[in-house]
Amino acid sequence: MIRGSSHRKAAAILALWMTSATLLVPADAARDGGEVVVYSARIETLIKPMFDAFTRKTGTVVKYFTASEAELFERLKAEGPHTAADVLMTVDAGNLWVAEQAGLLQGFESPTIAKNIPAHLRAKDHAWVGLAVRARPIMYSTERVTPSELSTYEALGELKWRGRLCLRSSRKVYTQSLVATMITTLGGERTEAVVRGWMTNAPRIFDSDTKQLEGIAAGQCDVTIANTYYLARLKAKDPGFPVAVFWPNQNDRGVHINVSGAGVTRYAKHRESAIRLIEFLSSPEAQNLFADGNYEYPANPEVKPHGLIAAWGAFKADTVDVAAAGALQAEAVKLMDRAGYK
Amino acid sequence: MPTRPAGAAIPFTGRLTRRFPRDPWPLAAGAVALVVATPILIVLSSLATPTLDVWAHLWQTQLLELIWNTVALIVGVGAGVAVLGTGLAWLTTMYRFPGRAIFEWLLILPLAVPAYVIGFVFRGLFDYAGPVQTGLRRTVGPAIWFPDIASYGGVVLVMTLVLYPYVYLLARTAFLEQSEATLEAARALGASRTALFWRTALPLARPSIAAGLSLAVMEALADFGTVAIYGYNTLTVAIYRVWFGLFNREAATELASLLLLFTGAVYAAERAWRGRARFYQTERKARPPAPRPLTGWKAWTASGVAGVVVGGAFLLPVGQLVVWSVAALGGSDFDDRYPEFVLNTLAVGGITALLAVGAAVVVAYGLRLSRSRMVAACGRIATLGYALPGSVIAVGVLVPLAFLDRVCNAVLRTVWGAEVGLLVTGSMAGLVFAYLVRFLAISVQTVEASLVKVTPSMDMAGRSLGSSPGGVLRRIHLPLIRGGLCSAAILVFIDVIKEMPATLLLRPFGYETLAVRIWQLTSESFWEAAALPALTIVAAGMLPVLILARSSARARQGADGEQGMKGSRDQGRGDKVP
Repeated sequence: MIRGSSHRKAAAILALWMTSATLLVPADAARDGGEVVVYSARIETLIKPMFDAFTRKTGTVVKYFTASEAELFERLKAEGPHTAADVLMTVDAGNLWVAEQAGLLQGFESPTIAKNIPAHLRAKDHAWVGLAVRARPIMYSTERVTPSELSTYEALGELKWRGRLCLRSSRKVYTQSLVATMITTLGGERTEAVVRGWMTNAPRIFDSDTKQLEGIAAGQCDVTIANTYYLARLKAKDPGFPVAVFWPNQNDRGVHINVSGAGVTRYAKHRESAIRLIEFLSSPEAQNLFADGNYEYPANPEVKPHGLIAAWGAFKADTVDVAAAGALQAEAVKLMDRAGYK
Repeated sequence: MPTRPAGAAIPFTGRLTRRFPRDPWPLAAGAVALVVATPILIVLSSLATPTLDVWAHLWQTQLLELIWNTVALIVGVGAGVAVLGTGLAWLTTMYRFPGRAIFEWLLILPLAVPAYVIGFVFRGLFDYAGPVQTGLRRTVGPAIWFPDIASYGGVVLVMTLVLYPYVYLLARTAFLEQSEATLEAARALGASRTALFWRTALPLARPSIAAGLSLAVMEALADFGTVAIYGYNTLTVAIYRVWFGLFNREAATELASLLLLFTGAVYAAERAWRGRARFYQTERKARPPAPRPLTGWKAWTASGVAGVVVGGAFLLPVGQLVVWSVAALGGSDFDDRYPEFVLNTLAVGGITALLAVGAAVVVAYGLRLSRSRMVAACGRIATLGYALPGSVIAVGVLVPLAFLDRVCNAVLRTVWGAEVGLLVTGSMAGLVFAYLVRFLAISVQTVEASLVKVTPSMDMAGRSLGSSPGGVLRRIHLPLIRGGLCSAAILVFIDVIKEMPATLLLRPFGYETLAVRIWQLTSESFWEAAALPALTIVAAGMLPVLILARSSARARQGADGEQGMKGSRDQGRGDKVP
């Protein structure tokens, strides 16, 4: 029975390993003040360089736990006062608004942040701070479209775009925030008419911004709406990638922008370190890392964006309160359901 | 114990219970099932307080379409995996053709490839902007027609390729367990090859095929990754939409309960199909059926079919992953923590596989010995988790874990005036529990499918000779169903290492697995960098399959030499009990 005993040995090793892994999970009572714990919906690749820089500068160790927003929120809620999290980082102001509504954040005021980050990129009640900005303009094929054909998001409902339009799935928060801000400015009825206009053009629905842009390059469609950094990544790989940015609505509300940001959790054990970390993230040093790492627009106006996206020129951004749009996100989803936007 | 006339469907168990009334097994089965069923019951309980406005909105907009799409999906995928899985299993066990010995094992391997990977690679390759269509437009002309991969047909094709191994693996085990003697007898009675398959082999293998089929259908119901890639809106897509878009987790949980109703229907259909027939293995196996050689075009067609399936479901996606891994090598996220990710992945997979098989043996054996409807109901509910999306299960698990932690801390506060923080939330135990809730169906279905073929007269004999129920289990059943136990462990292991949403939500702080890594990278569209962890998962999933292949080959060799070796695995005649 040699095989049997080796099975048993393997099982014993596994069991031992499991127990040790369980015991090694740090209980929050055992931690000292020299660290700060971040729950992040931004992935490791995009946040680690800033955290490393913070540790080098202050000696405070940054520990992080990454998962998608809805799941992070559930975990934070379930952990309640025992949570290890000091800082919550996430993409999209709508998500930050939800976290605030769920009572997961505590407000904090900081003169450093007031100096570094413009007021319209922060929560009015200081619950969270925007750290990087992404714009979601129209993008078009440089081979089949001339910029003069384009004007506004609304105009993508014109008949000339029939069969030529690609759109991101309405399941994505980027689409939901775009429509939610339109509801704020245009009202529900007009927004629904706009979305129905898009739908009459039988758009091809994609599950990823990158795939939409590749679709345009391949000739599947001619125009779409996408986040700037996705095109920047493709352009960085292939400067000749045949898609360009068009800044829509320059004569009225401006281009839809959104932020990724951070806040201090309600039950933070290291509140001071948490605030220091967020202050650092708003500083020019960290903002440069944001700008270079993922081609996002720095939230700190002193810092210049990466050359690749700076080349697309300045634009008028929609200054509508993006967080207020969080309140309208559910309405936006229902509106898109009614309009048949999948 | 209330006496009920022994129904024709369960004649032996009835008598067993009456004669040996003090079995601890049904009780243990009920207890295990109840613990595992708790999160599922929490999900189901959401139906008691429906979120009416969301339901009204869904009813007005897309509910019927969602239900229709979901039904169409499981019908299409069910038919696809039944035909492909059973057909390939029959082909590789009964016939000899070029490459059979290799195909026999290669055909299991697609199981190791996560569904979202195959789905993503297929859409990438065959979409308009993909290399296939681009190449065709360049060579044949821009107007060439090509079927749209992002369609119902595309989803069914991809899911069938991903899920057929469940049926293949279980049907293959069943066909191998049928002895040459049974089939010889059928042949001697004048049955043609076709009749042999339809009238003897298929009915005998039916419990296994049904088990594999219901696993495949449940996974198709719970799938989110693949249908999302193909823009095919099922109930699962709606669950996420309601949860993440309308920020209404309660309504999302209610929608998830609807999936459980579908699963109930699947179970009922399986019951109805099986009817009252039971098939038992009554003899020791003399010899597995010897494969017949195929010749000429038939042989090459067989190889061709197996080759196309292996190529599409395994070689193509793995090849693409290799290409991407190489492309990303320069800027990949490969770092010194990689061995740790691999170790973590193998550890959760291994631990859960062992526990899931152990729990399945307790549940399946308890159900076998029990006539209690209560225990049976618990057993059924405990295996519903497989049809729920991982995130929904995870939240269902999170609620009782957090409750347990709150109670613990409250008690400690009053007794010692101190708190210990979180003990089970975010612990390894919590994570493994979530996997058990999600994947117990796999091990129970697989173990039950094997156990049901062992005739109750074996139990009777063992017990009459003074053995305890535990002794009967250890000395008779476990050796007889060893093949089934191995299959169950492998299936659970592979499913755990691929699992993503529950791992993301419940893993201990700092505990990163390969699946978490893939999520990290794909959520920001870094597909090339994600290829390396995906490839590693495939390799880790292949590991147990290869071990099984080797030990099975050795066992077959051993059986030829050693007559009557201990724990001779299988049976002989198929006995149909009226």
